[in-house]
Amino acid sequence: MPMQNVLTWMIFAPVAGAAVVLLLPRGRDELVRWISLLATAVPLALAFWVYANFDRTSPGLQFVEHYAWIPAFNIEYFLGLDGVSAPMFLLTTLIAFLALVASWGIKEGVKGYFCLYLLLEAGMLGVFAALDFFLFFIFWEVSLLPMYFLIGIWGGPEREYAAIKFFLYTLFGSVLILLAMLALYFANEPHTFDMTKLIAANKQYGIAFQLLVFIALYIGFAIKVPVFPFHTWLPDAHVEAPTPISVILAGILLKMGPYGMLRVSWPMLPEALKVYAYPLAIFALINIVYGALVAMAQRDFKTLVAYSSISHMGFVLLGMCAIGPQGLSQAGVNGAILQMFNHGTVTAMLFLLVGVLYDRAHHRVIEDFGGLGVQMPVYAGVATVAFFAALGLPGLSSFISEALVLIGAFPAYRTLTIIAAVGIIITAGYWLWTLQRVFLGPLNPKYATLPEINGRELVTLVPLGALVLFLGVYPMPVLDLIRASADQLIALVGPLP
Amino acid sequence: MPVITDNIASLGYATPELVLAGFFLFILLADLVFTRNRGQMACTLAILGLAMTLLVTLRLYPAGERLLFAKMMAIDPFALFFKIFFVGSTAVIVLLSPATAYIPRTRQGEYYAFLLAITLGMSLLASAADLVMIVLALEMVSVTSYLLAGFMKEQAASAEAALKYAIYGAVATGTMVYGMSLLYGITGTTNLYEMPQAIARGGAAPLALFVAVLLVLVGFGYKIAAVPFHMWAPDVYEGAPTPVTALLSVGPKAAGFAVLIRFFYAALAVPAGPGRWNPVADIDWPLLVAVISAVTMTVGNLIAINQSNLKRLLAYSAIAHAGYILMGFVLLNGQGLYAMLFYLIVYAFMNLGAFLVVIALAGPLRSEELKDYAGLASRTAFPAVAMAVFLFSLTGIPPLAGFVGKFYLFAALIEAGRAWLWLAVVGVLNSVISLYYYARIVKAMFLEKGPSGRLTVASAHQVLIAALLIPTVLLGIYWAPVARFTDYSLRLLGPLAR
Repeated sequence: MPMQNVLTWMIFAPVAGAAVVLLLPRGRDELVRWISLLATAVPLALAFWVYANFDRTSPGLQFVEHYAWIPAFNIEYFLGLDGVSAPMFLLTTLIAFLALVASWGIKEGVKGYFCLYLLLEAGMLGVFAALDFFLFFIFWEVSLLPMYFLIGIWGGPEREYAAIKFFLYTLFGSVLILLAMLALYFANEPHTFDMTKLIAANKQYGIAFQLLVFIALYIGFAIKVPVFPFHTWLPDAHVEAPTPISVILAGILLKMGPYGMLRVSWPMLPEALKVYAYPLAIFALINIVYGALVAMAQRDFKTLVAYSSISHMGFVLLGMCAIGPQGLSQAGVNGAILQMFNHGTVTAMLFLLVGVLYDRAHHRVIEDFGGLGVQMPVYAGVATVAFFAALGLPGLSSFISEALVLIGAFPAYRTLTIIAAVGIIITAGYWLWTLQRVFLGPLNPKYATLPEINGRELVTLVPLGALVLFLGVYPMPVLDLIRASADQLIALVGPLP
Repeated sequence: MPVITDNIASLGYATPELVLAGFFLFILLADLVFTRNRGQMACTLAILGLAMTLLVTLRLYPAGERLLFAKMMAIDPFALFFKIFFVGSTAVIVLLSPATAYIPRTRQGEYYAFLLAITLGMSLLASAADLVMIVLALEMVSVTSYLLAGFMKEQAASAEAALKYAIYGAVATGTMVYGMSLLYGITGTTNLYEMPQAIARGGAAPLALFVAVLLVLVGFGYKIAAVPFHMWAPDVYEGAPTPVTALLSVGPKAAGFAVLIRFFYAALAVPAGPGRWNPVADIDWPLLVAVISAVTMTVGNLIAINQSNLKRLLAYSAIAHAGYILMGFVLLNGQGLYAMLFYLIVYAFMNLGAFLVVIALAGPLRSEELKDYAGLASRTAFPAVAMAVFLFSLTGIPPLAGFVGKFYLFAALIEAGRAWLWLAVVGVLNSVISLYYYARIVKAMFLEKGPSGRLTVASAHQVLIAALLIPTVLLGIYWAPVARFTDYSLRLLGPLAR
């Protein structure tokens, strides 16, 4: 296998898997599952190789692949990784693999499910690796269609509504990105979709142009994050989606929003960022506090996790737009990217845990549980790790990224940062309260026969839990990837005028 | 552009029309003479005729650009592009017809003959370079369309469709001819290519010219089913035999665009540099058409949302697509025209594809209603998946051909600068609206539970669906050859391009 095309292999291994699955005859469900597992294992295995060979000192692009695609329009097949994209790209391979293991219980339409699932993985990997704006957009949309079917066919009772709502919201966002992309394309002479060239030319875009294009891009990306007030699709989609798809959605898909901002808006339109930074920080703060407050009010376990995602994504946004007289804050940007990674692992655990409980009790009403700590001690143990990680307990991964974000944001927005820190207390409140209601107290006799978490479920949870614990003590393996490129991004944006 | 005045010499460049006319007569005669397997024979002859037409059309490419029959017709890559387009779309309709039950067995001969006749009319329209020729060709297309729409005359809906179509058509044509008479009065010529100079020389009153343009636009707007001249489309599309509906939504619509482009860009615009034009006498027809474009797509999409009959839904979708295509028309530059032609190609594949699935399922399902499509994916997988692809392509979702088409349209608008940004925004918002009703069909097929029992789709239809599906997917991933062909169709366009 020629390693100079490693990214292409990683992106298209799932596509090849999907093609094989499609060609299998009816009724070979077990074979479909194993082939799909193999198709997600290939990118995961290669991810280790990429991780080992990633040059942590270089801020530039690595594993670059650059070919002409549609020369008439100067569209290129251009892939590469840097510190901004590498953590999410690598995490995608892991989450996709684990969520596939969690998909073993899918019984209906197995062929279709795994086929779409693999296409979804290819789309997500492509988004994080694409460096041609057109290619980026194609992958962005490719991740949309399978999601619609995965929620709509294999989802819960309100799946049809949730699926179309998700689809309409994200398509609305993408068409705005499309227009902004074209505006940037024509603003350069010769016209180009090459992101590195679009970034290099960021001095020549007029301020009015930047302000307009920035808004179009921001709405497009904000819908994916989702930023208040574009968030209403998220609780529906998360709650109705089958467990593995919720994991993908929260673990990876949401990160495409902030990633798009860091890859496109920030470096290409730095002057607009400086104008809008404060309002953006306010939206980030609304996400943190509003998400936490709404999460606290939920009776449904899964909706609670969904809203907690909105709250945690607020930290990513806050860190990203922490800009002072010297420019973007180093701690803020590093913290934001690390938070993207950490939220990916933690929220994936949470959705898997909800799924484990739902598979046994067939409902998710928090109040109905109680005392499960006695009945399912192993499950309770894993869940406690995840809960404490979500509330930002020191020693677990989220603490470090959220602390970095707050450290970065404090000099820029004192009041906002103090309020955001209060948001953490609310977060701690609802997680502890949930922990108490589900695991402590007297055992509901209805659940006295609930079986303990099984081996397959542990396989999906333990690697994530180990990552959460390890990165909580020693975050450098991920921070090392990020640092050089984050510095470069900060230099590109430059100081405030 | 070289002019060939001699009629006999001109015939050598009108070979596609000659072949079509010949086979039209041949099918009618053969239908009278033979008594057994008449439908099969007529179908074979039609295919043969179309294949020969394609062949002679391709052989005209080296001829370059010429005006024929004393400037009545133009032959250039632009016209040839549309001739190939019409032959291709009619061929799909001819091929899908035998496996359906729409056409009474006894009248299949005339059905295929009419299909060739309408192709002949469209072919002439794409070449028409003179007002008289435009009217004649347009009427040929229209009259044949009325006949085809009412082909199942025993059914009230079909007869009603034909009558409505004819009445609306008569009004539209009358209005258009009146506008043309005004134009003739102003310019003193009926030839499109002589009009800009005549207008510049004569110092025509802008108001009179504007009224004339407006009236002519009624006729063309009717042909492409642009709002507010679209009223006929839903009823006709629903009432006509579905294969005819499929043809009407692609062929005559494209023919309308062909004549629209030639008329406005040759007669009402003056070249202002390579690939750029200015409106003649400062008449702001681009803005007028832009408003029509925005209204057309919005009205088409909004009304489509509530349709329960698939043909009617696709009719409104076709109206909306006319609006999208018009976006390229208002820019007065080569990129805009390029985007229009490119969009027409991908539109033909995906729209014919969607209709084809409806036709293929009408037999086994005995319905063209949306509610009967519930749970279709589990009853017959391939047509359902293909339908989903066609519909998402119509929405404009990558990596499908429809996205590339829309991409070129929006790119042309954005490149033209801030002046047309509003139209681009209207366009993309409409794409989002359209997703809702296209997804309703997908939802019914894949997400809803329906009756059980497998459905069998005719194998001829399966092959045809695949033949349209492959380009719909492939052109979304690699479209450079089609882009080159489109570019070529415009680049050699003498007075039209320079």
